[in-house]
Amino acid sequence: MIIGGGPAGLEAAYNIAINGYKVTILEKDNEIGGNIKKWVKLFPDFGDAAEIRKAFADKVNKGNIEIQTGVEISELYSENEKWFAKNGNNVIYSADAALLATGFEAFDARRKEELGYGIYDNVITSVDFEEMYKTGKILTAQGTVPKRIAFLNCVGSRDEKVGNHYCSRVCCINAVKQATEFKELVPDAEAYCFYMDMRMAGQFYEELYRKSQEKYNVNYIRGRISEAAATFDKRIQIKSEDTLTGLPMKMTVDILVLMVGIESSASTTELSRQNGINGEYGFAKSLGLYISDNLTKKAGLFLAGSCKRPLTLPETVADSRAASVQILNYLKLN
Amino acid sequence: MKNWGFKISRPRAIDFDTADLAEYSKLVEKVPSAKRCLMCGACTATCSAGNHTDFNFRHSHLMYRRGQFEGLAEELDKCMLCGKCKMVCPRGVNTRAIIYNMRIFLNDMNYKNIES
Repeated sequence: MIIGGGPAGLEAAYNIAINGYKVTILEKDNEIGGNIKKWVKLFPDFGDAAEIRKAFADKVNKGNIEIQTGVEISELYSENEKWFAKNGNNVIYSADAALLATGFEAFDARRKEELGYGIYDNVITSVDFEEMYKTGKILTAQGTVPKRIAFLNCVGSRDEKVGNHYCSRVCCINAVKQATEFKELVPDAEAYCFYMDMRMAGQFYEELYRKSQEKYNVNYIRGRISEAAATFDKRIQIKSEDTLTGLPMKMTVDILVLMVGIESSASTTELSRQNGINGEYGFAKSLGLYISDNLTKKAGLFLAGSCKRPLTLPETVADSRAASVQILNYLKLN
Repeated sequence: MKNWGFKISRPRAIDFDTADLAEYSKLVEKVPSAKRCLMCGACTATCSAGNHTDFNFRHSHLMYRRGQFEGLAEELDKCMLCGKCKMVCPRGVNTRAIIYNMRIFLNDMNYKNIES
């Protein structure tokens, strides 16, 4: 029984099913795919998200994998070495083992009121950017082609004001990706990325960062935007310190994109809490970070993917395969 | 006029809406590697002139990029064009060419220090 039909859940379902076990995937949305559904292209090589999603769907299109969509699990518990999951309509699913693959949710940018999300139409999030990019155009709320766009990193990450001390790890490279995509669409426009640190710690990340400067003229300004306000013509005026000159700065942009961080999903937080495996910031806590990262202190309950912490897609897939092995071992030995 | 002992300070902030950002594009045409600068400061750390004066290449380059030209020509005069900065740059930026061309462009702009 796998709770969550995103990359982590689907990859585990496939690996467990081909070993001869019956698998049930319980997905709260009406379609499988998880957060990848919201993306168009993936960093760092602009891989087609729809194609990758289809590859996952094809993998789980097997006889012994049952996919239940539109099923939101509200209770997860064990009795007599069996695991039970109950949805809002009191339908109960049971299995010999349960895998929590309930993933992440994007930070709600309205919580940073000073940045104007939900107040000014031309302040959008990185998730909104993807939604707009699906149409093949990036336009202001007024329908004009932007002449200047700014991306702000660490919105909801590395910020004790919202209670998140951690780094979400994917937003820096995603800003580089989206700035590059924007400049490909509108080569004459200016693109600025505001950052506290550029954390390019992944294969090909630094190369893409370099290319965005060299080929696409993306400007990087070290400084955190402190506030955003609309001008009379609905543009956005932002203030920051240009820390590398040591001077305060201001500029008016047509669109401000907030690179929202990764937070634990509501299901992750609730189901972990019920089982006493709630870790920091609402994420689920594994038994140990090094050699038992897919196990929990509850026998038969396993973890995979970004329900534990912010992870990239390749990391999630690798983690999910590791969880599959742990589950297969458990089923064999019990 | 009577001196009341007060004066109006000019704003310190860099205003990207009014700053002359086009000059930097001209520089980048001459020295394309300038775009790759990460502002790490290795150039400034190794700088021979910087060991004896307050010359800071990283800072001067960035001020030029932001269209802040005041006092910059005098700053750049401190550089001896020895090129050590170019040898340590991790992104292969032709730092010496940047200084050389900034000097030429600033001269072309005939930039007058508006404070004096």
